[in-house]
This record gives sequence, structure tokens and C-alpha cells, in this order.
Amino acid sequence: MSRPRIATASLAGCFGCHMSLLDLDERILELAELVEFDRSPIDDYKEFQERCAVGLVEGGCANEENVATIREFRKKCDVLVSVGDCATMGGIPAMRNLVPLEECLQEAYVDGPTVHNPSGLPPGDPELPRLLDRVYALHEVVDIDWHLPGCPPSPEAFWAAVSALLSGEPAELPPSLIRYD
Amino acid sequence: MTSQNESRVRDICREHGSVPVRLLDIARAVQSEFRGISQQSIDTIADEIRVPRVTVEACVSFYSFLSVERKGDITIRLCDDVPDRLAGYATVRDAFVEALGIPLGGTTPDGRFTLERTACIGLSDQAPAALVNEVPVPDLSSDRAREIVAALKRHGDPRQLVRKLGDGNNAHSRIQSMVHNNLQYPGEILFSPYHRGEAIRKAVAMSPAEVIRAVKTARLRGRGGAGFPTGMKWEFAREVEADRKFVICNADEGEPGTFKDRVLLTERPERVFAGMTIAAYALGASEGVLYLRGEYAYLLPFLEQRLERRRDEGLLGESIAGKQGFDFDIRIQMGAGAYVCGEETALINSLEGNRGDPRDRPPFPASKGFQASPTVVNNVETLCCVTRILEAGPATFCEFGTPQSAGTKLLSVSGDCRLPGIYEVPFGISLREVLELAGGEMAAAVQVGGPSGKLVGPADFDRRICFDDLATGGAIVVFGPERDLLSIVAAYTEFFIEEGCGHCTPCRAGMPAMLDLLARVRDGRGEPVDLDRLRELGDTIRRTSRCGLGQTAPNPILSSLEGLAPEYESRTGDAAAGLTRRFDLDAALVPAQAVPGRAPSHL
Amino acid sequence: MSESFTFYIDGVPVEAQPGMTILEAAQGAGIWIPRLCWHEDLEPFGGCRVCTVKANGRPCSACTQPAEPDSVVENDTPQLREWRRALVELLFAEGNHFCMICEKSGNCELQALAYRLGIAAPRFEHHWKPREVDASHPDVLIDRNRCILCARCVRASRDLDGKTVFGFTGRGPDRRVAVSSAARLADTDLEVTDAAMDVCPVGALVRKREGFSVPIGSRRFDDAPIGSDIEASGAAEPARQEE
Repeated sequence: MSRPRIATASLAGCFGCHMSLLDLDERILELAELVEFDRSPIDDYKEFQERCAVGLVEGGCANEENVATIREFRKKCDVLVSVGDCATMGGIPAMRNLVPLEECLQEAYVDGPTVHNPSGLPPGDPELPRLLDRVYALHEVVDIDWHLPGCPPSPEAFWAAVSALLSGEPAELPPSLIRYD
Repeated sequence: MTSQNESRVRDICREHGSVPVRLLDIARAVQSEFRGISQQSIDTIADEIRVPRVTVEACVSFYSFLSVERKGDITIRLCDDVPDRLAGYATVRDAFVEALGIPLGGTTPDGRFTLERTACIGLSDQAPAALVNEVPVPDLSSDRAREIVAALKRHGDPRQLVRKLGDGNNAHSRIQSMVHNNLQYPGEILFSPYHRGEAIRKAVAMSPAEVIRAVKTARLRGRGGAGFPTGMKWEFAREVEADRKFVICNADEGEPGTFKDRVLLTERPERVFAGMTIAAYALGASEGVLYLRGEYAYLLPFLEQRLERRRDEGLLGESIAGKQGFDFDIRIQMGAGAYVCGEETALINSLEGNRGDPRDRPPFPASKGFQASPTVVNNVETLCCVTRILEAGPATFCEFGTPQSAGTKLLSVSGDCRLPGIYEVPFGISLREVLELAGGEMAAAVQVGGPSGKLVGPADFDRRICFDDLATGGAIVVFGPERDLLSIVAAYTEFFIEEGCGHCTPCRAGMPAMLDLLARVRDGRGEPVDLDRLRELGDTIRRTSRCGLGQTAPNPILSSLEGLAPEYESRTGDAAAGLTRRFDLDAALVPAQAVPGRAPSHL
Repeated sequence: MSESFTFYIDGVPVEAQPGMTILEAAQGAGIWIPRLCWHEDLEPFGGCRVCTVKANGRPCSACTQPAEPDSVVENDTPQLREWRRALVELLFAEGNHFCMICEKSGNCELQALAYRLGIAAPRFEHHWKPREVDASHPDVLIDRNRCILCARCVRASRDLDGKTVFGFTGRGPDRRVAVSSAARLADTDLEVTDAAMDVCPVGALVRKREGFSVPIGSRRFDDAPIGSDIEASGAAEPARQEE
């Protein structure tokens, strides 16, 4: 019987949640017995190989590429989990939501004190995904089945979450594992 | 600020006794003279009346008619309530905007004109309407808007805008207004012939306890919307031992679509003042206040004159109607544009010079109200009913109506109907009969009781107007089949958000969340689960809010979800494959596309 | 004559003195009713509505409602828990709360309450309206992005410090804490030692140069959920871990 497949990604996130997952330390070996990693930075698969049982996504949607990625995760994963504060409510990247996009780009790429940008324009290459009007939490873009808050969620929280999801009995996260910092 | 202005502001404070309890009057006077209450004026007032500066700023910031920034010499306030929108508010607004050359909310560079929108001003039956400073201007059109602007530019005097005077006392020398009464259906109780002094003389010939008994026997319930038994309220206040007691008439008539108190104050002010006097006799009160909404300031000189005449006739002041020891007088307190001040404890706070936030109850005003004293707050119409009960006896009152809802009710009908105006009908009449009287038989929906009431569809038209069934403080707004009901629901929801005091979480934070969900549905981004979210959140807000405003704010959405569900259901759809409908990628990319040099990406 | 009486919270008999509110009586009996704007040294405000209970079937705020003999009060029920969750979520959605960088994190009553109520993610849309930060005062700053309008600072400054540094201006969603000066906190007579500085439940009114001095693990709510101190003090059964 094949092992359940897990996919992970970091969208507009810092990868801190992935680091916390790796902070499972030796328990990662236990995890590796239970699951197969599919698309994920952990094994460096850049595309989905097969349909996955669980998708763990950190980071919110700050640009159109993030949106395309989370939509794909929704299509390919049975259970989709938003991991970390950036995914559940926008996180640090969402601090730009208090400032209009144009002002952000102006400050970052034109007016900032250490910027040297003779064009006087923010970069506009077609290779660069366009930024959204604001940073969105994942459940604002696709249906999310489970939330795991934290910055990052602790390894214990990850362990509890993954165990519950794999056993097919996801319950509400106990208050002792809910943290926003 | 010049020292001349500062000393003038101090004079204004002194004219009002330089006491904190008169802060609202002081603020109104400074606003009127200087067209704004500047930061320096706030400093001066705080210093002169010796209250913390933030207390003065709290008052200035709370009311719609007060401002820190200087408004134009002439402020034009266009009413954007639902009946006005139905009657063409948008076209009138555009005409004003064009003629003045400023956007809505703006002031002309020469400081002469400010153009604003405002909530219901009590002229729903003659909409679209506006206030030009204190002058009500009904029956607007875009032509009329252009004429008005041209005229004001010439003479700068809003009173000169009055062309054809309205009916009845609207033509009185002290009112001189274009407003009409539209008294379509006067009834037996409120518009019966009135003989000044009769009710009071009968009252003082009885004992106060007997007066209360008469009111209880008549089964009179409050006419402002809440329907509390009047006799019981008076009895509670009577039983409290106190040095001072107060009678307050709530003339803040702010529920959108309600204008019946305006007509009572115009045509039957004597009944109102007599009712207050009888209440004072019953309670043992010697001080009374008529709290008059700022939008009805045009009635003030007339009402003051009526008070003066009553004093001359021994119906106010000392030993009223010859009764030794029965002293009572009435002062008029003007409001300044805040719907929530129609809630009795908010009204009392406003009277005390504070923000018009409602209070926690208990204690109730009957035991601890204005200045911690027993206070009875009654609606204008309730007090008029009292006079009839004393004149003609309780039986003539409760021969109308139903067992739970005795007497008649004034209805103010507007919207898509042939005969908008005032109807005095017996409680228990069906909504359908009212629609027939008013020429609104084609209605697709009716808002009964204003936004804090219910939006009902034809399945409910045979229900009865009374406290147990379709309760209303008077407002009835009729909507024809061509109307977009969800936009009406949205307008009423926005009203509550605008008018809430902000004290409590569910109303302040919850109502904008309700509006977000409604907007999603209206934009076609809603899912069926969003309707469940609306019901759940609406229930939470209703059940956890601190005052009547929050407890009824979800009603436009909740009642229409119940009675007119297809309006919502037809606009929701299922999320395709888990991609939420509420997210609109194209809309989210609009600001990025506007950045110069930004090419569409390869995605 | 002050005669104590009994009423019931979730079936548990609670003793109260005349004049006590439901919340005060519950507190004395070791029953935790969730709350945010209530503070033991201040007059009740009845604003957050998180302490909503049902007294004889009617919802009311426990902090303002007088306890009455023989009344039946519901506190720990699924419906009340749902209402309280919604209210706390609304507070998060209304402001701009970034726990991960906030100096109050771990000592924050709003956050601790959200943990105890089991809130993993907000259901309501954030509006992301920027709110003013005033750091003009040498020792104190006010960050209104975090303010939950609980009025503890307003009441404390007025009633404990005798100063009235703070007050509310504006109506509805525009309501905000203003200070008794034309512009800045620095121009008021607020001092860092004022009682008003001790009462803010969140990171809105904070002393400068104090943040992050307590390590993670030793902060007020790191070890035990909010309310557990009240529950430990009284005769009632300790809290179950909500699932």
C-alpha cells in the first residue's frame, strides 16, 4: 500500500515554517516512514508527480504566481493546510496592506535612500509576477481545510497536525498548540 | 485664531453659563457663528468651562453637524436616505456638484458653500429633499438644484429660497416653510379637535396616582418604536424618592422614513407640551426638556413661542392650571445630527454634554437618568396620546386597536406609493389595508419600522401593524417591483454603520463584516455558505450588542434573508473546485497594471 | 443590612453580595468568565461584550449585570463560546494585529483569549485601515493599530490618575482613542508611572524600552491559559482543555 503523499510550498513566506518542520529533528525519520514527499523544497520536486493527500503551504498570496501555485495545490491535494501566520492571516508581508501598492513600489525601487535606479520606474519585466493590490491569506483565495498558525508553528504543532491529518481525524487544534508568534 | 475669535468663543460659553452640561449648545453656537469649531476653539472651550480638552473634542467629533474644519457659510445637506434615492437623489446631487463645482463633501474655495450628504431628515414623503443651513427644501429636481445655487450665489440667504409656503402651520409666521404636512388620513385620537388646557385641568383635578391609573387603563404603550407601557414607566419614576425629577420628550425622530413627529410638532405642539406637563404632574417633576433633532431647527422659533404663550396662560411655570405647588417648565435642547441620540440613555448622555453613547442598564432612566435623577423619556406621539386619554377618558382611547396594542398609530408612508404622507390608523390594521389607503398596492416589498424594523414581501402583507406582529415607530417605505432590493438593504446597513456610536464590538466591528458579506453577494462573488455566515454573524450581533441600535442593525439583512431569500440565492453560486468565488484576480491586479512600465507577466 | 444570596452559574451555586455583578461574583467563586474591557480597579464599561452570558435566558454582559438571587446564568456553553469567538475574531479583523513583532505578545490578553477560544485563523475580512501611531512622548507610545477600544486607559486616567489624558472621539468604526491635546501624547500630562500605563490589555499603550525583556517561555500566558489563575483560586472545578 503506497504511503500518503505530502506536498509543501512557501509562497509569500520566509521559509521559517519549513525550518520549523525540519526542527522535528530525528522525528523527521519517523515522518519519512509514514509519508512520501511530492512537490516540495525538501526533496526539490518542482512539479506535482501525483495527486497528494496533504498540502502544507506557508506564506500568503502577494503576487499572481502565488495565486497560480495555491490554485494548483487546491486542485492536486485532498487536504490543504495553511501553515503559519503569513498563510493564515497575511503575516509580515501583509504589513504592506496599510500602504497603497504604488507607494510601496515607489519607495522600494525609486525613492528609497539606498536605491540606484536611473530608469525611475519600478521593474516591469514580464518575467516578474505582478503584485496583487494587497497580500491575501490563503483562505481568501482557495478553500482551506485546516489552519496551523504560528510564526512559525512549533515542531510539536506540526507533529500534532500531520499525525491528525494522516490518521484521518483532524480535530480542532488544542489551545496549547495555538500560537501566533 | 484671532484673539477676537477667542474672546467671542468665551462669550458664547458664558452665555450658556460656562457649565459642562451646556457643552452641546455651546458647540452648536460656535459652529453656527464660525462655521467650525477649530482646535483653538476647542482649547478655549475646555479652558472656559473647565473640562478636559478631550471631552470637548469628543463632543465635536460625535455629531454630524459639528466639525473641526470650517464649513461653508451655507451648508447644503442632501438627504441620501432610501426614499430620496428612489425619487432621484443621484440626479439632484450631480446637478448640485456641477453647479457648485465641488465634489460631494467639498467646500468652495471662497468658503461660501459646502455640499454634503446626510441621513434621513424627516422629509421622506417629499423627496428628494435637503437642508440648506436650517431651511428644509423638499421636492428637489436637477432644475431646482441649479436655480437654488444661482439664487444663493446672488443673495446668500437660505431663507429667501422659500417660495410657496406649505400647508397648515408650515405657513405660520414663525415657521415660514415649504414643507408640507401631507396629512392624508387624520384620525380620532391625535388629530381630534384640541382645546388648550383641557387635558391639564382634568389631570390636576385628579391625584397623580389617578392620572397614572388612567394611562394604565388606556393601555398606552410608547409610540417611538419600543412600545414600553407608559403608565408603568411613569409609576417606576414616581416611586423613586428624589429632589429632582425630569420629563424628557424625545423629539429626535431619526428612524429613516419616520416623519410623523414633525407633523405633530407643527400642528399639535400644544398636545406635546400638555402631555409633558401631565407626565410631570404624575411623577412629581418640575423640569422638562424637549430634545429636538437638529434637522428640525426650523421649528424652534415657533415652538419657543408656543411655550411662551403657555407660560402667559398659566399652563407652564408656577402653580400650573391653578394647582398650588405644581411647578413645571420646559426647555428645548437642540440635537446636532446623531441617530443614536434617539435611544433614551444616549439622549440623556447627550443632554449632559457628553458623547451620545447609550448607557448600560440597569440602572434604568426611571430610577437614575438625567443627572442621576429619576427621568421619564417619552416619544412625541406618546405624549399626545396622553392628552387625549385625559380629555376624553381611557375608554375612548382603547376602543381602537387590539388588546395588546391599544389606540391609534401614526404612520409616515413614503416610497413607491401614490399618496405619501401621514396616516392615523387603528392598531391591528393590516399592512395590505395601509398599502391600499396609500396607493401602494403594487408593492414588491415594504420596509416596516425603518431599517431597525423588517423588510417584508407580499407573503406578509396580511400581517397586522401592532406590537405583536409588524411593529413600527411609524415608518412605512414602499418598494415597487422594479427596485433592486439588495441595494436598499445595503443602504440601510450602511446607515447603521454610519450612525453607531462604536462603544461595543459586535456593532462597531461586526456590522462592517455584514456589509462585506452582502457586497460579495451583490457583486456576484457570493457562495451559498455566505448566506449562512450572514445569518450567524447577524444573530451574534443582535444577541450580544449593548443597545437597541446594535440589536436591530442586522435586521435589514436578516429580515430580507428570511422573507425575500430568492433575492440572495439567485446571486450566489458554488465555488468551482475549491477556488473561492470571493477572490477576483483581475481586480486584485488593477493597481499593478497602473504602474508605469509594467508589462503583463508571462502568467 | 447586607445579606448574601445564591444564584447559579452553569448549575454551580455561587454566593454573591447585593450590588455585585455576575462577573464579580463569578470571580470570587473561581469561575472564569472571559472578558477584555473589565478590570478589577475600574468601573465596568460593557464594551467588548466578550463576557456575554445568559441570565435567565437573556444575553447580557456579566460585567455590568447585577447578580440576582436564584437567577440561572449560563457561561460555558457552545453558543456563548461561538459568540465570544466571533467577537474576538472581529477585534482581530478590525485592527492591524501583527503578533509576531509585537512587544506585548505572550503578555497580551486579546491573544491569550484567542488561544483559549481555539481561534486558528480569522474568518472575517481584514480592512487594513492604517491607524495612527503616536511615539512623541519620551517614555510611552500609543499604537492604535492594536487598540481594541476597551477604554481601560480612558477610565484609569480619569478615575485612578485624576487626569483624563484619554477619551474617545469619532463614531462607529471611526471611533478612536484621542488624547487631551491638540496633537500629541507628548503635550499631555501623561507620565510613565500613571495607572493608565498598567491597564492596557494589548500592545496599544506601552512603555518604551521594555518590550521583549521577558524571554519566550516566561511570559504571562506562556505556561497556563488566560483565566486559569481565577479558576485555580476558587472552589469551582478547573477548566477543561477545550477541544
